[in-house]
Amino acid sequence: MARMKFLCDADRCIDCNACVTACKNENEVPWGINRRRVVTINDGKPGERSVSMACMHCTDAPCQAVCPVNAFYTTADGVVLHSKDICIGCGYCFYACPFGAPQYPRVGNFGSRGKMDKCTYCSGGPEPDGSMAQYEKYGANRLAEGKLPLCAEMCSTKSLLAGDGEIIAEIYKERVQKRGYGSGAWGWKTAYRETITS
Amino acid sequence: MARLFLKLSNVVAALVLVTFVLFAAPSLAQPSGSVNPRASSVNEEQLLQQFNVIRGRGSIPDVRSYTIVQPAGRDWRHFHEVTLRWIGAVAILGVLVLLVIFYLARGMVRVESGRSGRKIVRFNAVERFVHWLTAACFVVLALSGLNITFGRPLLLPLMSPEAFTTWSEWAKYAHNFLSFPFTLGVILIFFMWLAGNIPNRADIEWFRRGGGIVGRDHPPANRFNGGQKVVYWIVVLGGTVAATSGYVLIFPFYGTDIQTMQSAAMIHSVIAMLFIAAMLGHIYIGTIGMEGAFEAMAEGTVDFNWAKEHHSLWLAEEAARTSASPSPPHPKVAPGD
Repeated sequence: MARMKFLCDADRCIDCNACVTACKNENEVPWGINRRRVVTINDGKPGERSVSMACMHCTDAPCQAVCPVNAFYTTADGVVLHSKDICIGCGYCFYACPFGAPQYPRVGNFGSRGKMDKCTYCSGGPEPDGSMAQYEKYGANRLAEGKLPLCAEMCSTKSLLAGDGEIIAEIYKERVQKRGYGSGAWGWKTAYRETITS
Repeated sequence: MARLFLKLSNVVAALVLVTFVLFAAPSLAQPSGSVNPRASSVNEEQLLQQFNVIRGRGSIPDVRSYTIVQPAGRDWRHFHEVTLRWIGAVAILGVLVLLVIFYLARGMVRVESGRSGRKIVRFNAVERFVHWLTAACFVVLALSGLNITFGRPLLLPLMSPEAFTTWSEWAKYAHNFLSFPFTLGVILIFFMWLAGNIPNRADIEWFRRGGGIVGRDHPPANRFNGGQKVVYWIVVLGGTVAATSGYVLIFPFYGTDIQTMQSAAMIHSVIAMLFIAAMLGHIYIGTIGMEGAFEAMAEGTVDFNWAKEHHSLWLAEEAARTSASPSPPHPKVAPGD
């Protein structure tokens, strides 16, 4: 089994936000929710870098650990998914998530956040694969169709990589060796407790 | 023929280009003044070491999303999963065990001189209402709060995930909305009983003599003895901290960031655990721990002999007041007299 991961090569990201748009469209993400976003660090200064960030599908995921109602589960591919039928919208996963991935449909006064929504690695939720119920709650299930998440698939500079962790790490390592520099696999140490050293 | 020549010339041109690039590139990269894409480029490792959080500028209105890495979330997870559960279990089970041992050793503290049959008013209707308003809210808040920390390991295995979600969701709403009457109760308790809960010299004596709980002594006490004053201040101060941190959580991200929200959740939960543990002691003494205590809050009256044994100074004050009541208002008896 593959261990699915995301890797954003910040030296290639051009802050075009196409991944954000692709994600919103493919998954029919509700208004106000962004499962993925691009953030520019040191914006306007020499050496600025843009990073596309979403749920990293952590190893031993903190959201899964703190959830008071056990709404999360990790698939055999290492993808962290959740059930919107079980979620009570308490907001704890947002406090524990190192990447700010969990999103809520409403502001959340008096605990009225609504069911949590986050990146599913384009692989839906607990409902049967390809079912309408699954699509309505979680969006597309591309993984079940043998496709990778759309954000990475359509990244124009191939900055955002998705796929088996070992393979994308190898691709990144090669890139860094060839061009001689790399600002790091953002979030990998926090999510997977490993870094890619070339 | 012409075609072949064209192809060949293309190949030659490509070869020349490749050789040029291969040999010239390293020398082009070296001279000073050339562009080095790495110069001053941000680095994750460095940023994390410097700030322990990575923030930038985003293009969507949600400013929370501008923080892309905050490893502190993992520490918070450890707190919630391990530290808090230990604090809660030790505090609450610890107090329960101590109470059971104490009850077995000491039993119910009896009214030693027996009931006189004469009653004296201890708490009026308003006082009792405020007490029970706060107490009822507290019990629901405590149980629904404990569900968030201990429900998953203790309760979820006993029921279906859907049933546990339904219960937890109701518990969450009860927790959020009953916080308002609870806060009101704490504020009223503060003002209502403040005058009787200023620590004084009698409390030192009361504690020194074991408060009539440890041992068989009956040290003199005002309307509220040293132990009750401790309970009062736990309720007032603990309630204030729990309510304040709770309202930060109930209105998420209003002028707060993720670090503040995490701290608020930590303060709220630790204070709540200790608060629950302390209130177990209060409930014990008010019910099975002491004969004649519960009726003070249930009916509002206590037996004359109970008051004599546990609140002798208060009884003296009350007696002085009632005997003087037909005459013009009696000057208030100074506390400690």
